[in-house]
Amino acid sequence: MRKLLVYMKDYKKESFLAPLFKLLEATFELIVPLVIAQIIDVGIQTGDTGFIISRCLLLVGFGVVGMVSAITAQYFAAKAAVGFATGLRHSLFQKINGLSFSLLDRVGTSTLLTRITNDVNQVQNGVNLVLRLFMRSPFIVFGACVMAFTIDPGSALLFLIVVALLSVVVFGIMLLTIKRYKAIQNQLDSVLNTTRENLNGARVIRAFCGEDTETEKFIGQNSLLSKLQKSTGRISALLNPVTFILINVGIILLIHYGAVQVNTGILTQGQVVALYNYMSQILVELIKLANLIITVTKSFASAARIRDVLELDTNTVYSDDKKIYNTHAVEFDRVSMHYNEGAKDALENISFTAEPGEIIGVIGGTGSGKTTLVGLIPRFYDASSGTIRVDGRNVNSYSLEELREKVHVVLQRAVLFRGTLRENLLWGNKNANDEEMQAAVKAAQAADFVQSKGGLDMKITAEGRNLSGGQRQRLSIARALVGNPEILILDDSASALDYVTEKALRGALSALPNKPTVFIVSQRTSSLRHADKILVLDNGALVGCGTHDALLENCSVYREIYDSQFGGKEAAAK
Amino acid sequence: MSKINNKNSTIKRVLLQIRPYLPTIILLLALAVVSVLCSLYIPVLVGEAIDAIIGKEQVNFAVILPKLFTCAVLIGCAALAQWLMNVCGNKVTYNTIRDMREAAFKKIHRLPFSYLDAHETGDIVSRIIADVDQFADGLLMGFSQLFTGVVTIIGTIGFMLSVNVWTTLVVVLVTPLSILVARFIAKKTFAMFRLQSETRGRQTAFINEMITNQKVVRAYGHEDENMEKFDTINEELRRHTLKATFFSSITNPATRFVNSVVYAAVALIGAFLAVTGQGFTIGMLSCFLSYANQYTKPFNEISGVITELQNALACADRLLEFLDSEEMSADPELLPEHSETAKGQVTFDNVCFSYTKDRPLIRNFSLDVPAGCRVAIVGPTGCGKTTMINLLMRFYDPDNGSISVDGTNTQTIPRRALRRNFGMVLQETWLKTGTVLDNIRMGRPDASEEDVIAAAKAAHAHSFIEQLPNGYYTQIGEDGGSLSAGQKQLLCISRIMLTLPPMLILDEATSSIDTRTELRIQRAFAKLMRGRTSFVVAHRLSTIKESDVILVMRDGNIVEQGDHESLLAKNGFYAELYRSQFTDEEQPVG
Repeated sequence: MRKLLVYMKDYKKESFLAPLFKLLEATFELIVPLVIAQIIDVGIQTGDTGFIISRCLLLVGFGVVGMVSAITAQYFAAKAAVGFATGLRHSLFQKINGLSFSLLDRVGTSTLLTRITNDVNQVQNGVNLVLRLFMRSPFIVFGACVMAFTIDPGSALLFLIVVALLSVVVFGIMLLTIKRYKAIQNQLDSVLNTTRENLNGARVIRAFCGEDTETEKFIGQNSLLSKLQKSTGRISALLNPVTFILINVGIILLIHYGAVQVNTGILTQGQVVALYNYMSQILVELIKLANLIITVTKSFASAARIRDVLELDTNTVYSDDKKIYNTHAVEFDRVSMHYNEGAKDALENISFTAEPGEIIGVIGGTGSGKTTLVGLIPRFYDASSGTIRVDGRNVNSYSLEELREKVHVVLQRAVLFRGTLRENLLWGNKNANDEEMQAAVKAAQAADFVQSKGGLDMKITAEGRNLSGGQRQRLSIARALVGNPEILILDDSASALDYVTEKALRGALSALPNKPTVFIVSQRTSSLRHADKILVLDNGALVGCGTHDALLENCSVYREIYDSQFGGKEAAAK
Repeated sequence: MSKINNKNSTIKRVLLQIRPYLPTIILLLALAVVSVLCSLYIPVLVGEAIDAIIGKEQVNFAVILPKLFTCAVLIGCAALAQWLMNVCGNKVTYNTIRDMREAAFKKIHRLPFSYLDAHETGDIVSRIIADVDQFADGLLMGFSQLFTGVVTIIGTIGFMLSVNVWTTLVVVLVTPLSILVARFIAKKTFAMFRLQSETRGRQTAFINEMITNQKVVRAYGHEDENMEKFDTINEELRRHTLKATFFSSITNPATRFVNSVVYAAVALIGAFLAVTGQGFTIGMLSCFLSYANQYTKPFNEISGVITELQNALACADRLLEFLDSEEMSADPELLPEHSETAKGQVTFDNVCFSYTKDRPLIRNFSLDVPAGCRVAIVGPTGCGKTTMINLLMRFYDPDNGSISVDGTNTQTIPRRALRRNFGMVLQETWLKTGTVLDNIRMGRPDASEEDVIAAAKAAHAHSFIEQLPNGYYTQIGEDGGSLSAGQKQLLCISRIMLTLPPMLILDEATSSIDTRTELRIQRAFAKLMRGRTSFVVAHRLSTIKESDVILVMRDGNIVEQGDHESLLAKNGFYAELYRSQFTDEEQPVG
């Protein structure tokens, strides 16, 4: 929680004023018993009705002032809490924008989504309540003690003991439950996950007759959740009764003490009533507090979940080595890479160079490291050892903005975003004009259907669902072409195109005016045979590097791949 | 009218849900009465004690001490009753949640695919998770706060009446004002809350889109633009939330103000009664003041609880609707002969099927597949290839006609006994959270690790599994985590390599695997299919050339059937399909 407090810093004024006005309201509430004591000791004793009426009007006056300051306090509290949550959401979103790809894979998107939405809301409620009540309640409690002291110093001791015991109970229960609430939240996550999984995988589960195993698993998770909730509930259920006992025992002792003091003439009857009222005020305040403590505890648990995300290592390390070593467009120098500590290398000791304007093919089996290799160039992942140079300079010495401007990547899964085509293409370069975008669309072989669907203004629904797979692929290639990148990476991104279109695309790519260096990842040898250089990967190792013809001669893995597609009397490529 | 009936029946059904806990609930209600009455009697006793404290040398300890002793006993009873009440409430709530979730989960596996395919996963999940929570929370609040609130109000009025009638009237008449105030504010803020949730919905959709496709965002360095867009919505949300939060939070100070008016009124009338000496004592006044404080609280709470309860009922309704949805037809009893392994002879007899009544898909389809035969199903996207699989696996039942295995109508065999005889690999891979080992073991949970490894080797998945951080014990995250599409497919193939069922269904099972591995898997499949009846759906016609029967489908109909050679000779739709692929791929070689 402390770590999140920095997000309150823009709302210092509000977080100060909200409790202040709350305290003002509380102060008026604290004077009420004194007025009642006067009514009893002066008004009723002397039968002075004028005095009684004036005091009662005073009570109503206090009520008005109290209401005005409370409303002011609510305003500041709401402003601070809502502003705090807004800032928190901003930081979380920014943080997610900075997470490395391997962390994104590991953390998973659905939990990030619940944290930036549900958990932040929970914390917002918590902050709002803290500002409004967590200040007010202790103030009323201590204020009541102080007022008791002004009436009778002896009774104040009793108040102090009761309050001390109460604090122990309240904080003790909070400490005991906070960890448990977090455990409950996490357990709920897994119950939710199993439910979702069973809905998504119903066909497979039924095909393998896995219903019973899955149901058993769910029942296990579900009863564990229930058990956790009940055991936590038993502890928080203590809060109300224990505070009730403490306060009321306090009242009994107070009345007895008051009786003795009145008997010896130190206190008046009205004063005893006032003391009694103060003790009751503490009780009412604490019951309110107890009801809220669960909400606050839950928001602490949510805060911890948010903190976990904010504390994730964004691990972008920059190098100061800005020296230009050579003229290669891309150079891999003994590069190895593994995703997690202790995992086997996904890429092992890879070295190659690519010259400006060359077309480089990358081929290899499932999981051989093709995507990882090209992902190292724009720093989607970082190498574990070795050096990658772009334009002769260490890739780690570029700022990410520079690098992303130089290198454009078309990912395996073609994704477009809700909006117009123009908005989507501007992702490539936000200063691009219409001619440039039209040219990119044309080069990506998308001109025909774009024309028929309304040109650059055509509407695209979420994830581009209103387009076919092949159309999405072509538009995501067009997006990459906008902005004339120096290096263009196509990660198996033409798989849904038929041969004729793909060939035309290849032609257009090699005719691009700015002659980018192009990396094409593909499973089809036919897509790569015209490449200047083909990298053949097998289990993370570079087992071949050369032209199509050379590789057919001297690389057995490449030949095997080729044979699998063209070996028989007919092709087997997709 | 029907809405009211509906609501009533929902309430009835809800009561039915919690019937197992009826004794606990009755105990809970009894405890609530005890706790409220005990705590309400305390101010009366304290007031009487105060009346015995008149002034110097005028304190009657003989009256005070017994009163205080009774107080102590009452405190003990009230606190104990309160704690037990909370524990009972928790038990009822959390057990109800557990039971309802379990019932809903079991329901998932009894629903036909016509339901599951037509409903969004997110919606069903939110019914089982969020709605159940809301419902139980509302129920608990209803039990504890509403009931104690009502008891407190009635009890307080009773106690007050027993002390003094006029003062009671003031309290009873003025307090409901606070409900009116609360109502008024709630009505005014409703629109603000709606605006808030609309904006929140828009923001969630944006976050969802951008987080899901975070890699594209990153590839284009579009973080800053996104941040800007996000901040715009975020700022809008801030404004709306601020309004909604602030205006709704006026309720409390406003009702508290009503309370202080009541308080002042009690003080005024009490003091006048005391002055005019109508038997109204100081102790009574203090007792009333304490009641005035307590009495207004349940009123404020009740108005909140009623909204909460309405919400809870709406949630219960959504869940009940799910639980009420029509289930699959009942399975016939499992007979000993059902457990035998099938030989694999499959007959389609005049099968008709449609997903929606008005659009017939498969009409009068008959086919006899001898045991060990290889059947391929080809055709353009959306022609109904997957439907055949749905029917074979009894994910759907035919509208007319029958499908038999070894001469027995599949509808007379329990579904699970039937499905055990099929091994299925789909194009859409599905992996569950758990280890690689758990995932491969799906069809045979008792398989030894050696068997699993052998199956993975047969599916050519072993080498990549070995490279995962913990090998076969690597946890697979949500939706397969960081595995590639091809790797996921290899794991799915490993599953059937482990179960080795007599019949196989392969629906584009190798579409994401590289051609070299695919070739090896095809070889493994070929070995596996020997002596097994198999149904293969494929895009790439080269992979199904060796099949005994090729069914060519178009718009839900089988337009041609026969083996590769005879279909080519026929020079029909199949030949057309085949040639279009053939030319496409032949070009680069030539």
